[in-house]
Amino acid sequence: MTTTVLWSTVLLASVASFGLKLAGHLVPEHWLATARVQRTSTLVTVALLVSLVVVQTFAAGSSVVVDARVPALAVAAVALALRAPFIVVVVLAAAAAAGLRALGWG
Amino acid sequence: MSRPLAPEVSAAVRQGAGVAVATGLYGISFGALAVVAGLSVAQTAALSLLLFSGGSQFALIGVVAAGGSPLAAVATSTLLGARNMLYGAVVSPLLSLHGWRRAVAAQVTIDESTAVAVGQRTPAAVRAGFWTAGVGVFVLWNAFTLVGALAGDALGDPRAWGLDAAAGAAFLALVWPRLAERRAQAVAGLAVVVTLALVPVAPAGIPVLAAAGVAIVVGATAPAAPPPATGTEADR
Repeated sequence: MTTTVLWSTVLLASVASFGLKLAGHLVPEHWLATARVQRTSTLVTVALLVSLVVVQTFAAGSSVVVDARVPALAVAAVALALRAPFIVVVVLAAAAAAGLRALGWG
Repeated sequence: MSRPLAPEVSAAVRQGAGVAVATGLYGISFGALAVVAGLSVAQTAALSLLLFSGGSQFALIGVVAAGGSPLAAVATSTLLGARNMLYGAVVSPLLSLHGWRRAVAAQVTIDESTAVAVGQRTPAAVRAGFWTAGVGVFVLWNAFTLVGALAGDALGDPRAWGLDAAAGAAFLALVWPRLAERRAQAVAGLAVVVTLALVPVAPAGIPVLAAAGVAIVVGATAPAAPPPATGTEADR
């Protein structure tokens, strides 16, 4: 993306983000309080985040590959199961991938 | 203010501050990953200042890094930010603000400030918790974003540092606490299948949006979940 396109992307997403937050503060509470809306919102959040995990871990352009990112994700999952804080999870995953690559794999 | 703070208010402030420090720190990983994805330091800082929603920010740079279109990046980021609208509707009546204070509150309405606010028992503690967590995360998240962006700029090859793997770990950490419910696990499984199936055939960014589409269909059509834990067994 060119600089102009990137800036437009950043600013457009920012306006949309603030618009959603402000709308939440302004609309009558009962509009959004239905069980179906709450449930759908929760599920959409889960689906987007899981899909991003998969893309970040297995995609290389338009191919699906297994490289050092996969064991690194497993390390992150173990750290999360052990209730490690966010920053520790991220650093451990990066260290695992960096270590494997330093050893010449992935 | 000469009066000492009520105990529940100072407890809310301590809780908000703790959350702010923990969350603010991982602004470092966002800053570093954003410049690795191809954003400038200024664009990275602008995202944390203006967009200010961790999941959406990571999503936007994730789509950009994968070579997705600007539209896909904005759409993914915005869909992920939709939950902030629900948070706004929850905290707004608790804060009862007007005018510019309401706009400021809206900007700092995120996972963390909402969670701290709704966890308090008195109106004063709700306000104290919301503002401490919201403003605290805002200040620290932006400061550490800048640190990460400047560090990321100086790092060189991101793969040698495992930064590409850090992005997947960041998303996993964000979704982890949301996977407790059975239906969420099912949607997570569907999201994995849909994404893996579409990565080889669809343009970058589209597999993620397709996974969101599946979740919308499931959420809109599935029967109501059993009542939450507060209901008795006889209610079901």
